[in-house]
Amino acid sequence: MKKTTLLIAGAIAAFLSAPVAAFAAEGGATPPRQSWSFAGPFGTYDRAQLQRGFKVYKEVCAACHSLSMVSFRNLAQPGGPEFSRGQVEALAATYQVTDGPNDAGEMFQRPGRPADKFPKAFPNENAARAANGGAYPPDFSVLAKARTYSRGFPWFILDAVTQYQEHGPDYIVALLNGYVEPPAGVTLAPGQHYNLYMPGNAIAMAKPLSDGQVEYPKGQDGRAPVPETVAQYAKDVTAFMMWAAEPHMEARKQMGFKVIIFLIVFAGLLYFTKKKIWARAGGDPASVA
Amino acid sequence: MESHSTYVPKSGFAKWFESRLPVAGLVHSSFIAFPVPRNLNYFWTFGAILMFMLIAQIVTGIVLVMHYTPEATKAFASVEHIMRDVNYGWLLRYLHANGASMFFIAVYIHIARGLYYGSYKAPREVLWILGVIIFLLMMATAFMGYVLPWGQMSFWGATVITNLFGAFPVIGDPIVTWLWGGYAVDNPTLNRFFSLHYLLPFMILGVVVLHVWALHHVGQNNPTGVEVKSVKKDTLPFTPYATVKDAFAVVCFFIFFAWFVFYIPNYLGHADNYIEANAAVTPAHIVPEWYFLPFYAILRAIPSKLGGVIAMFGSIAILAFLPWLDTSRVRSSTYRPLYKQFFWVFIACVIGLGYLGGAPAEGGYVIAARILTAYYFAHFLIVLPLLGLFETPKPLPNSIAESVLDGHGHGGPALATGATAAPDRKS
Amino acid sequence: MRRGAKVADAATTQEPTRRDFLYIATGAVGAIGLAAVAWPLVRQMSPSADVVAAGAPVEFDLTPVPEGQIVKLFWRGKLIFIRHRTQKEIADAQGVQLGSLPDPQPDSARVKDGKAQWLVVYGNCTHLGCVPLGQQGPYGGWFCPCHGSVFDTSGRIRQGPAPTNLPVPPYTFVSDTKILIGGGAAA
Repeated sequence: MKKTTLLIAGAIAAFLSAPVAAFAAEGGATPPRQSWSFAGPFGTYDRAQLQRGFKVYKEVCAACHSLSMVSFRNLAQPGGPEFSRGQVEALAATYQVTDGPNDAGEMFQRPGRPADKFPKAFPNENAARAANGGAYPPDFSVLAKARTYSRGFPWFILDAVTQYQEHGPDYIVALLNGYVEPPAGVTLAPGQHYNLYMPGNAIAMAKPLSDGQVEYPKGQDGRAPVPETVAQYAKDVTAFMMWAAEPHMEARKQMGFKVIIFLIVFAGLLYFTKKKIWARAGGDPASVA
Repeated sequence: MESHSTYVPKSGFAKWFESRLPVAGLVHSSFIAFPVPRNLNYFWTFGAILMFMLIAQIVTGIVLVMHYTPEATKAFASVEHIMRDVNYGWLLRYLHANGASMFFIAVYIHIARGLYYGSYKAPREVLWILGVIIFLLMMATAFMGYVLPWGQMSFWGATVITNLFGAFPVIGDPIVTWLWGGYAVDNPTLNRFFSLHYLLPFMILGVVVLHVWALHHVGQNNPTGVEVKSVKKDTLPFTPYATVKDAFAVVCFFIFFAWFVFYIPNYLGHADNYIEANAAVTPAHIVPEWYFLPFYAILRAIPSKLGGVIAMFGSIAILAFLPWLDTSRVRSSTYRPLYKQFFWVFIACVIGLGYLGGAPAEGGYVIAARILTAYYFAHFLIVLPLLGLFETPKPLPNSIAESVLDGHGHGGPALATGATAAPDRKS
Repeated sequence: MRRGAKVADAATTQEPTRRDFLYIATGAVGAIGLAAVAWPLVRQMSPSADVVAAGAPVEFDLTPVPEGQIVKLFWRGKLIFIRHRTQKEIADAQGVQLGSLPDPQPDSARVKDGKAQWLVVYGNCTHLGCVPLGQQGPYGGWFCPCHGSVFDTSGRIRQGPAPTNLPVPPYTFVSDTKILIGGGAAA
């Protein structure tokens, strides 16, 4: 019995590991793992990083990519970038928001308030495509959860145990750093750019970031605390996107720890209660085996 | 059926009420005095786990409906509204979405237990068939629920699965148009799926009541597969013995559940479903939820559209005929040395199909899927009927009590305390 | 908790304290767990974060409202009446014997100093929430068609089943002709 099981398991493992190569070949290269402050059971967002990431989003990405499900007020809520109330009000007021209809029945523009959502970069998908050579810049609201890459067997099973869930952010960082000259013999359609990590390697978005493009807030010594480089911008803006996609992640992980501890204690109590009760019937044969 | 005790109303009101609606007596006989074989292992706790999961899904579902908008242009945003703005909305949605997967994990273990211990054999055929019906209803419910967030996988999953019905000659196309309420999956489809997703769980609940009724009528199977001979020696009263054991198992299962909900809530989902439905773009790999993958592999393994559809539905329908396909008189695999091996081969086959259902439909995968599909059906149509004729079973114990004595070396006190096993009436 | 205690009672005959404690502890932890599960289910019905945040203050320009007119607008989804009162209406409202009112409140407490011509009140009857009709009823204030409550030109209840006056929402004059409803109470 044991032998057959082993044999079967071996055969399955050999068979399952084959497709990894297949998937990798058809998609882009496998993104390298990043270290994230929000990974793992006790992960939290790095406030400063989210604030820097928002700056990158606002100054670079926002021209094309909407953030339509996020409200200005979210930037001040606990577990996020935690800008101050005043900062958020001032920021919101710099945006023009469509409101109405007014008494004359017309829509009008007014300065944004914290309760407003970020205005869309384009009024609709068609307008976005028309302005971007037919490509549609995806909305950033949940993009970090909408991107992933295949891990293959057995890694995808291990990921459930190790809680590696940052496939999306790793992919996005890799993509932002993945612009290289196309290898010899590869010709791209007009308006396409070569990217190592994009499935199919052709991406409509031109390399969006360059070193020194966004000025980070200076520390006490008059220098930015982190380098103003593409690698750093990419990580910061990706962290911000992850928060935008999962704004209650900190609360979720913190509650999860409490819930699991509670359940373990409760299970322990139930186990001993069960043992006591079953002792009256000479014990549970199932527990002995 | 013989029982450990009967309900005797004590107070005047209880007597008055019981003579008009004997519900307390029913609860007493079903969940307190009901005789449970004393040798059940933890695989038998999955019935209780499933009951809890059904209730959890209904409760979280009802609550989510308070915030969800079943309208094609608003559904996706309303789910994000739940995730972002509703108090504990993220928790409720992740509980419900992962709860569906947990429900299927539990039901697959429950079904596998039935297969391993021959729980489908006489007199439990109707009990088993009711279970198959519950399984079908669960699949329909889960499929329609997955459509509701109106992401890319929702939309394209709905498109692909409803198109299956187009496989039937002549009536196929009109049926698909009728299912959609239009000429493509769109708002009318979303609305009717929402309605049915709300209805079906209550139908499941109804069939579950029948399932439990049938179970209590014929009594539980047990790891030996030997019927209860003496209620006193072979069984224990449901409460407190099974209640506390089930409670322990349910809480352990919830630890597993909580791991997914709080730490890896999107692990079992698909990233593409965080992209809003777009009728003009199909995702690179259309993959159903993991619990459908074996059946999806069977669908894709058959090179004809109609054939694939028939094979897929057949692979589930065949379960209903299992009581008559298995010709062995012995229930439990413990005493069926050959069947035990074939059981594990079958499990490996289903897992393999599940893997192939998630792999791209090309090259070696298709060939492997065809071999495994053939084996899946051969298991039911060839292996099971023949095994019963050729296999020499091991000698069965005379009774459950005897097996407890022999098998598990915990004998001495087990029978000595047989007397105390009589119900502890005060509790 | 109760059930745990009962089970314990049954067991006391054999081995008193330890068994008692185990059963009570298990029952108590189970009860805590149930309460913890119930909380999010109850709490999800409270106003969601976007609803709470949307109660932003509303600015309203009074200039277009002629004397004797009532204008309706909404703040936090609730109906608000803005009434430009005539001299006679103001005099009526001020000349009432407070003792004769079911909910005594002077008119001066219901308007802003020096702005007695502007009355701002919630537009739902304090009885069961219907919208009263303006300039109707024996006091020329409001008359609620649902159950016959009568309000005067200060929005105070005079007759009928409504228990209290129409409440005044929080507002301030940001200029001579502009008010901000909900200022200060903004979320």
